[in-house]
Amino acid sequence: MSAHVPALDHGHDDHAHHHKQTFISKYIFSTDHKMISRQYLITGLLMGIVGIAMSLLFRLQLAWPGEKFAIFELLLGKWAPDGVMDPSIYLSLVTIHGTIMVFFVLTAGLSGTFSNLLIPLQIGARDMASGFLNMISYWLFFVSSVIMLSSLFVESGPAAAGWTIYPPLSALPESIPAAGMGMTLWLVSLAIFIASSLMGSLNYIVTVINLRTKGMSMTRLPLTIWALFVTAIIGVVSFPVLLSAALLLIMDRSFGTSFFLSDIYIGGEVLHNSGGSPVLFEHLFWFLGHPEVYIVLLPALGITSEVIATNSRKPIFGYRAMVASILAIAFLSTIVWGHHMFVSGMNPFLGSVFTFTTLLIAIPSAVKAFNYITTLWKGNLQFNPAMLFSIGLVSTFITGGITGIILGDSTLDINVHDTYFVVAHFHLVMGIVGLYGLFAGVYHWFPKIFEGKMMNKNLGYLHFWVTVIGSYVIFFPMHFIGMAGLPRRYYSNTAFPYFDDLADVNMLITVAALVTGAVQLVFLYNFIHSMFYGKIAAKNPWRSNTLEWTTEHKHIHGNWEGAIPHVYRWPYDYSKLNDDEDDYVIAGQDYTPQNVPLQENEEEMNH
Amino acid sequence: MTVFLILIVIILFSIALWQMSKIYKLSQPVKKEGEVSEVANNKDNRINAKLMLMFLVFLYFLMGYCFWNYSTFYPPGASDHAGLYDNLFFITLGVIMFVQLITQVLIHWFSYKYHGKKGRKAVFYADNDKLEFVWTIIPVIVLSGLIIYGLFTWSDIMNFEKSDDALVVELYAQRFNWKARYAGEDRTLGNANVRFIEGINTVGIDPSDDDGMDDVITQELHLPVGRQVIFKLRSQDVLHSAYMPHFRAQMNVVPGMITQFSFIPTVTTEDIRETDYMKEKMRTINKIRTEKSKELLASGQAQLDDYDNFDYYLLCNKICGQSHYNMQMKIVVETEEEFQEWIKGQKTFRQTIAQQQ
Repeated sequence: MSAHVPALDHGHDDHAHHHKQTFISKYIFSTDHKMISRQYLITGLLMGIVGIAMSLLFRLQLAWPGEKFAIFELLLGKWAPDGVMDPSIYLSLVTIHGTIMVFFVLTAGLSGTFSNLLIPLQIGARDMASGFLNMISYWLFFVSSVIMLSSLFVESGPAAAGWTIYPPLSALPESIPAAGMGMTLWLVSLAIFIASSLMGSLNYIVTVINLRTKGMSMTRLPLTIWALFVTAIIGVVSFPVLLSAALLLIMDRSFGTSFFLSDIYIGGEVLHNSGGSPVLFEHLFWFLGHPEVYIVLLPALGITSEVIATNSRKPIFGYRAMVASILAIAFLSTIVWGHHMFVSGMNPFLGSVFTFTTLLIAIPSAVKAFNYITTLWKGNLQFNPAMLFSIGLVSTFITGGITGIILGDSTLDINVHDTYFVVAHFHLVMGIVGLYGLFAGVYHWFPKIFEGKMMNKNLGYLHFWVTVIGSYVIFFPMHFIGMAGLPRRYYSNTAFPYFDDLADVNMLITVAALVTGAVQLVFLYNFIHSMFYGKIAAKNPWRSNTLEWTTEHKHIHGNWEGAIPHVYRWPYDYSKLNDDEDDYVIAGQDYTPQNVPLQENEEEMNH
Repeated sequence: MTVFLILIVIILFSIALWQMSKIYKLSQPVKKEGEVSEVANNKDNRINAKLMLMFLVFLYFLMGYCFWNYSTFYPPGASDHAGLYDNLFFITLGVIMFVQLITQVLIHWFSYKYHGKKGRKAVFYADNDKLEFVWTIIPVIVLSGLIIYGLFTWSDIMNFEKSDDALVVELYAQRFNWKARYAGEDRTLGNANVRFIEGINTVGIDPSDDDGMDDVITQELHLPVGRQVIFKLRSQDVLHSAYMPHFRAQMNVVPGMITQFSFIPTVTTEDIRETDYMKEKMRTINKIRTEKSKELLASGQAQLDDYDNFDYYLLCNKICGQSHYNMQMKIVVETEEEFQEWIKGQKTFRQTIAQQQ
């Protein structure tokens, strides 16, 4: 159901639509943004389970190389003869782990869920600009997930050239069998995923620009919406380039072209390809690849802004600086991609250029971190699980982000490129930050997603504390084995006796990973149980200012029974005092929702 | 079949747990209507505040533990620019750790100090442009300093001047080993392309090019100490990367392109073996290997090979296929005399072809 109707019909501003729904139209082919957001969330979580399970499998191999494990035999079948993992399936596991986590969990699962849930509700719209397009975008995502998972069962193995799939390795089945059908399915899945993402992004952009309710100017938008809006813009700019890279790769694989291939002798013969360059692929891939990490990051940061402000009972510090940072990060993210390619053989001059732009992008990120910390200062911090994850996110964002300054410096990258130093960096700053954003969003907006039910907070506390400790134990030591010169994507480190003293650290990392992985089951249990049996909360359990909390629990098409609320202020009037400074703007209440008009005894702050 | 049965057991077990939790819940005293306890209360806030502080201690402990115990993994430098690299690395590390230590304290201390409690009033402090300016301009200045320093170093390393006595060596990458091709007496590498690979000509030297006749192809890389070496990197098949961590050197090897990297090795293999650092490292590693060998023997498997002496190595650092994890080449840094003696003992391309005929 779309939010605009032709002039013939009655206008939608004053009431919601009611029509008959079947099971299929309500749960499966729904065009309602709230149902679609649930679909994205569930699919994202399921893919996350697969992705994390894979990481635990290859971590077992890394800690105890070449050992027999019954779980390998059970899950990997012919790829683990006698229970020992085969080197090619190791490469497939790391490839598919990366692909699933970056795209399916942290892009679709994060953006897809929260853009769909929050954009119409927080801007005061009945639904997305096109409910139909929205539905198609989810179903394409679903199809792409199915295809990716189906590639796991292909006889020659799932794609195994790393999630970055550089040719010629990914182009030539002669180089690894997995570059055959497995790689083809990967490319098909991603092409469909990109289509899904673009449709979603276009929808989000149009909705934010056109369907804001009366009084909701751009400068009164919650930071979550700013983040999701800018994320969508970055997506539209960068995903098509990945599609082009994938298409050119398909052509090189199947149609005899030489975009990325030249002068190759493999399998006992010289290939006909001439004139192409793998470095071209790297440029095209990373032109998406870098903005992609901000597509993951910005929604998480946007969610954190909202959760921290609400739970600190004070405004997010520096709203305008936060918006400016989001815009600066978005712009800069499109001109730093070469920092993934410092040692690719490209002209060293480019290395200098990209070092310069990369270190620039550290500045808005730092400003955001400082603003979060200042928001905590002199707050009245309510430690709900969502708040804990948001604080953990700020801590992890800093820890992971600062090593970016080493990696972004072309000189320093020489000795740490493609080592575990990089792996530690991106897992902290993108993986963990993204995951914490997802968790914070789920805990915080659970009552909105599931019609008033709340998640259990004690299980939430357990989930948070074990996860935050575990994640740091996994990834902080990893920097040091990276600095030691240990390369990534190595099936085993035993071929180099020089690395024998790093084995203990690898074991520590794996044990921490197993524990942290296990505690995610607590979250899953909490999630599933609360979905059905969660306690029903008040309408606005977190005493938040934003518009989504003015809707009733029950999901209805059109969100608000009657008219859409009008907005009179920004979302951050927490603990705002009245003119006499003897009480809050609304007596006895430390928050002033956006739909509350300017009170008599209140200073107008032009927010 | 076994798998199927195991799955059934797992499913039934989960159902049993679920039912038990339901029974437990039903057996609880009935709570008053509307008493929603899933929002944090004073007690929750107090407990989590304390946990925040304890977490800060844990985090500092973890960072300290890692720096204390794992800093020794950092490989000793053995090239001319290793010193430049390491300076830049440690200064940058110092700056970022300074930021880390302060910000983590602020985050967790504020969380502890300002934990929610009844009666506490948060301060409505929405912005402060001056503060924003300060913490924008300071990172700009610090980062500019680091960038400029980094760029000078990068230029030094990458835009190298070819010295008169430079040794030009081609590193030829193929799945899954490396070959080194020395330019020979004429100091010029012969043209080469995969299209010339045939039989004994495994690296594809153009047989019609005279420059290539005196090229020497080896499976080990020997480098004379103190002399600039310029690597020309060529790949036979897929992307590889020549990574030599002790020399602070890494460059991708790209099929269809010749990439390059240069350094001056400054510490011979013999000398680095004698350093306290390396002696200690070998002791540690051999201890580990002896233990592991004992375990292996006990379980009826073969012992680990001996690892008596440290050797520099070149390893592949770009995913290239199944044996990517074992694509290495030994590097020996020796005196000029030793190097000349070694290379005289190697066959030239001319000799290799002649031998075949």
